[in-house]
Amino acid sequence: MKEMVFRFLIGGALVSAFAATADVLKPKSFAGLFGAAPSVALATLGLAISAQGKRYASTEAGAMVAGAVGFLVYASCVSWLMMRYKMRTTVTSSAALAVWFLVTFLARMAWPR
Amino acid sequence: MVVKCDFGALKQTKPHEYAMRFIFGGVVTVLTGLIAKEFGPGIGGLFLAFPAIFPASATLLEKHQRKRKERLGLHGAQRARLAVGVDAAGAAMGTCGLLAFAVLVWATVESHNAALVLIAATMAWLAVAILVWKIRKAI
Repeated sequence: MKEMVFRFLIGGALVSAFAATADVLKPKSFAGLFGAAPSVALATLGLAISAQGKRYASTEAGAMVAGAVGFLVYASCVSWLMMRYKMRTTVTSSAALAVWFLVTFLARMAWPR
Repeated sequence: MVVKCDFGALKQTKPHEYAMRFIFGGVVTVLTGLIAKEFGPGIGGLFLAFPAIFPASATLLEKHQRKRKERLGLHGAQRARLAVGVDAAGAAMGTCGLLAFAVLVWATVESHNAALVLIAATMAWLAVAILVWKIRKAI
């Protein structure tokens, strides 16, 4: 339980810090870089290294490569849809998460373990 | 194009919106840990790059942009949609940095000082993201 609370606080703080950085930066395309900041990864890997060891963290980081490929395709899809069609942000960005799942799991199968 | 800081933008975000971000970030981090515990690091690691915060951030950005543009008498909804599209394009460029981060940690964490690896990987994320952004702007 103690570990969960710690994880929650670290994750919340890192996500908030990167999001606040994005808020103050202009232009928006540059601020958008921080939408793909490794906030959750930093919190999780840091805790994994101390609790489960370096090999465990390395395996997580290896899998993260596939997740990042999924994120690349996901963000590109959202950008294209929002600029090309009159779609609602909440619906588009949430529905496109299916693309992340599909691409990530395909990339996971291709990436060496 | 010059990158600027506008600290006044922080005032646009309301306290409950900051709280929502914090809670969302915390919950996603806890869930990622639970997934890794249940299914192993090979599956849990996938979610280290899950865009869980993205829909909420994009919705918030759209709301702020729409209000700002409508105050200026512009077509708020359309401008806000475009702003979200541009922000998502930026995030796509940022994911190149995220790839660099993941590869660096994967390749070096077992043989080097872990804290230094995480610092170097974060710097690599920023450097690669900015480089891709600059290349995209130059094209």
